[in-house]
Amino acid sequence: MVADPMPTLRELAASLEAGERSSLELVEQSLTRARECESLAAFLSLREDGAREEARAADRRRAAGERRSPLDGIPIAIKDNITKRGETAGCASRILEGYRSPFDATALARLEAAGCIVVGRTNMDEFAMGSSTENSAYGPSRNPWDPERAPGGSSGGSAVAVAAGVVPVALGSDTGGSIRQPASFTGIVGMKPTYGRVSRLGLVAFASSLDQIGPFARTARDCAWVLDAMSGNDPGDSTSLPDPPTRSTDALTDALEMGDLDGLRIGLPSEYFELEGAAPGVIERVREAVAELEAAGARTVPVSLPNSRFAVACYYLVATAEASSNLARFDGARYGRRAAGAADVGEMIERSRSEGFGAEVKRRILLGTFVLSAGYYDAYYKKAQQVRTLLRDDFGRAFEECDVIAAPTSPETAFRFGEKADPLALYLSDVYTVSANLTGTPAVSVPCGLSEGLPVGLQLIGPARGDETILRVADAYQQRTSHHEARPPLAGAGA
Amino acid sequence: MSKLSPDELLHLSKLSALRFSEAELRAFGADLEAVLGYVELLEQAPTEGVEPTSLPIPFPTPLRDDEPAEPLPAEEAVANAPERSGTAFAVPKVIDEG
Repeated sequence: MVADPMPTLRELAASLEAGERSSLELVEQSLTRARECESLAAFLSLREDGAREEARAADRRRAAGERRSPLDGIPIAIKDNITKRGETAGCASRILEGYRSPFDATALARLEAAGCIVVGRTNMDEFAMGSSTENSAYGPSRNPWDPERAPGGSSGGSAVAVAAGVVPVALGSDTGGSIRQPASFTGIVGMKPTYGRVSRLGLVAFASSLDQIGPFARTARDCAWVLDAMSGNDPGDSTSLPDPPTRSTDALTDALEMGDLDGLRIGLPSEYFELEGAAPGVIERVREAVAELEAAGARTVPVSLPNSRFAVACYYLVATAEASSNLARFDGARYGRRAAGAADVGEMIERSRSEGFGAEVKRRILLGTFVLSAGYYDAYYKKAQQVRTLLRDDFGRAFEECDVIAAPTSPETAFRFGEKADPLALYLSDVYTVSANLTGTPAVSVPCGLSEGLPVGLQLIGPARGDETILRVADAYQQRTSHHEARPPLAGAGA
Repeated sequence: MSKLSPDELLHLSKLSALRFSEAELRAFGADLEAVLGYVELLEQAPTEGVEPTSLPIPFPTPLRDDEPAEPLPAEEAVANAPERSGTAFAVPKVIDEG
């Protein structure tokens, strides 16, 4: 197998602009690489013919001087919970087998309008519920750094597609860390934008007040480019921010010219760095990364997030409550799987759901239904919503003292398959990521070195609407370091 | 945390529109109790008088103007139906014929 040949989005776009490569060549390269890496199970399906056809059209546009944007002709991958008109959107679930969406997700439609070409749909935990892709109905994806380990999840397939060099960019969704944790586990950049920054129209809903679509790429700079192209208000999503699209790429150019982070205040929450159970190797890498940011001119300030210890419990009540409601739509009546031979409509609904959903989805529907049920609502759901306010206030106070918060993305590096068989143990590993979803703040995971041969992620969290700021800091870090250039030892990946 | 009785679990599965074997229900019940045991932690959170948050960022979420637009064609709307009758969704009987 050849070494990972996939350059960054920026480099690919430049080679298209210069006429050195054609879009068809890039798409062929992606498809070839996807087949070489088949054993990593990053993809649920490839759009071979469709992607080739679109690449030829992109090449014709360029030849005619009519390219749509610098991204015209770039191959990308999307998570299986993002809809594309006329194509499958199965959320890695049996219940959506054969479903074809009648409409495009807004985020994807904007990238396609810029000329991006979808080469395939990526694997995920069923309905984005999980942190390892082990809950996919089609089997897990594998981590290119060690195929015996999980790539993280739920957007594990998208992370692997970028980390293994199949595509320069992939879209994922992040409800409690589902972009950032797999980015951390596979040594790439993954970003969850501010809540409402990217339209959720066409993202199959898991927990509507937490879900956000976001990009994976090698560099923060590439993520910025993609975010700028797909963000901005969408009348089709009433929770999309009333703001225009981000202009983070402009902020990066400024940062490059200034060359440093003078005046930037980085908050270090004591609760995150002193967390019991965090791997020492992870904390060490993250501290080194913070030192690098200090060398670039930033200064650190201690901050406190006193209610952090409640975040995971709060998250699992809010997320499952919303999920139990959102997943009520899967009834076997209008789309998706229907159980055969039911005597009446009630039996049809119950059996369709029981046959179609996997164990983790059922577990979360039960929990969510329980916390919303009569007699328990106040004690669980309302309590969790109040804790959510406490967390938001914690972050609000912290951001009076600092511009960004630095933390690990995950308390550990990629774990082995089956290592987290106990559902609760897996939930607890989300400790560093869920707060950004609960408080709506933007956060990005950036590779910051290896611990025992496996990637570690530095997480940068900004205040709401601080997307440009965290990308600028992440970009400055990557300009001073080369961790994102480390490639997984892919030997065996194509075997 | 009080143990969930078999009857409570059965009621919960009914509310969830899910069916389980007895063995499955016991296993899911045990998982549920483990998580509920963990979230008891929230009892220590100082939430007295704290307003609940449902949307993470407070901003107006106005409804769109009610302007006529092309709807999804009926044929497309039922294209994914497991069973259909013309442009309607077909399901097994809902009430017994009396």
